[in-house]
Amino acid sequence: MFGDDVDEGDVLVSLCDLKTYYGEDSLLSDDPVKAVDGVSFDIHKGETLGLVGESGCGKTTLGRTLIQLEDATAGEVRIGDTDVTTLTGDDLQRWRRNSQMVFQDPESSLNDRMTVGAIIREPLDVHDWKTPRERRARVRELLDTVGLSEEHYYRYPHQFSGGQRQRVGIARALALEPEFVVLDEPVSALDVSVQAQILNLLNRLQDEFGLTYLFIAHDLSVVRHICDRVAVMYLGNVMELGPTERLFQQPQNPYTHALLSAIPEPDPTADSDRITLTGSPPSPRDPPAGCPFATRCPMKIRPPEYDSVDTEVWARVEMLREVLRERSNADRSLTERAREILGLSSRFSSADEVHDELFADVTLPAAVEDHIEEAMDHVRNDNETRARAQLREAFGSVCDEERPKSHVVDDESGTSRCHRHRDEHDEPSRSQVVSE
Amino acid sequence: MSAEAPLLAVENLRTEFYTDKETVRAVDDVNFRIERGETLGIVGESGSGKSVTARSIMGLVESPGNVLPESSIRLDGEELTEKSESEYRGIRGSEVTMVFQDPLTSLNPVYTVGNQLKETLRLHRDLDGQTLTDTAIGLLEDVGIPDAARRISEYPHEFSGGMQQRAVIALALACDPELLICDEPTTALDVTIQAQILELLAEIQVERDIGIMFITHDMGVIAEVADRVAVMYAGEIVESAPVRSLYSDPAHPYTNGLLDSIPGNQPGGRELTTIEGEVPIPNGAATHCRFAPRCPKAFEECYELAPEPLPTTAGKDDHTAACLLFPEDMKREDAVDEHRAANTEGTDE
Repeated sequence: MFGDDVDEGDVLVSLCDLKTYYGEDSLLSDDPVKAVDGVSFDIHKGETLGLVGESGCGKTTLGRTLIQLEDATAGEVRIGDTDVTTLTGDDLQRWRRNSQMVFQDPESSLNDRMTVGAIIREPLDVHDWKTPRERRARVRELLDTVGLSEEHYYRYPHQFSGGQRQRVGIARALALEPEFVVLDEPVSALDVSVQAQILNLLNRLQDEFGLTYLFIAHDLSVVRHICDRVAVMYLGNVMELGPTERLFQQPQNPYTHALLSAIPEPDPTADSDRITLTGSPPSPRDPPAGCPFATRCPMKIRPPEYDSVDTEVWARVEMLREVLRERSNADRSLTERAREILGLSSRFSSADEVHDELFADVTLPAAVEDHIEEAMDHVRNDNETRARAQLREAFGSVCDEERPKSHVVDDESGTSRCHRHRDEHDEPSRSQVVSE
Repeated sequence: MSAEAPLLAVENLRTEFYTDKETVRAVDDVNFRIERGETLGIVGESGSGKSVTARSIMGLVESPGNVLPESSIRLDGEELTEKSESEYRGIRGSEVTMVFQDPLTSLNPVYTVGNQLKETLRLHRDLDGQTLTDTAIGLLEDVGIPDAARRISEYPHEFSGGMQQRAVIALALACDPELLICDEPTTALDVTIQAQILELLAEIQVERDIGIMFITHDMGVIAEVADRVAVMYAGEIVESAPVRSLYSDPAHPYTNGLLDSIPGNQPGGRELTTIEGEVPIPNGAATHCRFAPRCPKAFEECYELAPEPLPTTAGKDDHTAACLLFPEDMKREDAVDEHRAANTEGTDE
């Protein structure tokens, strides 16, 4: 078996520059969707590693790639000396036996036409585990392990509540005694009281069977409760990874800051010093050339000559860049294109409105205004690419141009990707965010 | 007269659903009011009757469901339960509007966002021509959609999840409603986007002085948005209090259970407190406390007597709990008698 000789706390699975792209092999495709775009980290035996991020950041794809439900485009998933991404045939089947997945939605991940017993027995059948009699006995044992009872063997999923179904999903994942389990949002669909039951169950099972979890979630309070270390993903990249408490108390990456501050606290007296991010993540088809988070980062490095520009004004300038960026990505229908070619309408006609909307109530410093006027002229001349390039040249910084490296940010080799960790810049901190 | 009346007063609301087997009291004798500029948060687990309460107010309960005749829902002093379907149609979408959990179910995928906004404006506000377009663009700008003039001609699928929800809010605001009902408006969104939407709702409320009924299962979100909170369980409001009071002094064992099972609330400990069992289906008149079978503090009388919402301590009228342990400054037997008295009073009426 894989990883049998690994001690508690040693590296079990090691990801090395892992990339998973979708849609690049199709004839008609544009740029591929870069769902996972160069991720490297280790998962230690016996730990629970949390993987958090907004929807579309690639966390589920990463989990699925790990257990080879998706093919990696490049990079390695190493377990001991084996690269899992290259496995085929019997070897691949052995790895799959050893790594299992629990899915988010217990409504759709269980076949409604099979009895619960058959569902849990299926992996045993597929892998031809022992004799049928022993399989049935194993299923009964599993039902008991996850807090269901033997009498549930012949029932159907629709007779169960959400929490019970998720227990069935967990029993199925544990059937072949895996070492490594990917939990993809296992409690997101459950009510808070049921969620607590499932989290307790997962903790107990981990202790009992020495399991290693990759826990994918977007609910940060759940992650804080159950995980030993947490990796924060954004647009296919791991922005920060570190021990849970350090990460929650002293987040080092601007994205982690923002993400954590967005959690509503169950305490009405709490002061919220929230950083509200504007906009939404860029398309993974066309990620920013520099730092993935640059388009929304409230702590983005400015060119030195604009350091004194008012934060609000600067935010508007960035917003103009974002609007132009988004327009270039917007799908245009054939009729729209035709109308444009015929000169019947132009999608740029509203550019002046955007400009007015953004800058009507602020006074721009002369240096800034000149650049913006120049860019607006390009837009009016239907040359949006020029406009974007021009703004980028004028207001861009290292954040727009270079992908940040991973910097070690704590004693436990936690890492964070941000240009501000470099010596010549100030460390990212809250003080750089001026709230509205 | 209506200057004194609260924006929304719900009294004895009871909504039943009839099935072959039984009658389910999805909402069972619910009372609350919402003032202008106020947000009432309603929390509870799935199946507690939150959404049915909202639908009852909107007049959207359909067969086999039925709002019982003794229920009263008054908006600005005007009784809604007696309205005919066509009268209701004039109220829905103009005076009371609703924002649902999944924005894609409220937006029609084959019409542009602008088209849908304009339809609402045309029907309820009788606008046309350039005014219509300008108002629609203005609404999208109000809800923070950048580049509104262009995006108005886009289809819902071209919007991101957060933007879709903003568009739905724009639709809900199109006719200057007095009451906005939000049914889990941020549950399908990421936390960063949720933060944007909550901020937007708070701004809108201040600007327009509307009442908001905010339904969620997330105790964190409630703490942030609500002025007062009603905790629902199996069709009943089991506790009602100003938000601070609810979190600092949760009374009902169910509220305590809900707060305790939030993972972030218990640092260090590996084992989370849970509420064992599940929400029962309220399929008959309450003859006892519906939470008793799951309640860690239940005693004999809990299985014999249905508790009434009483002040948690004498005189504290704004914080009530339907639990035989309260009012807590009374001896238990006296408190039980108090509930028994309130109970018979209710049946006499």
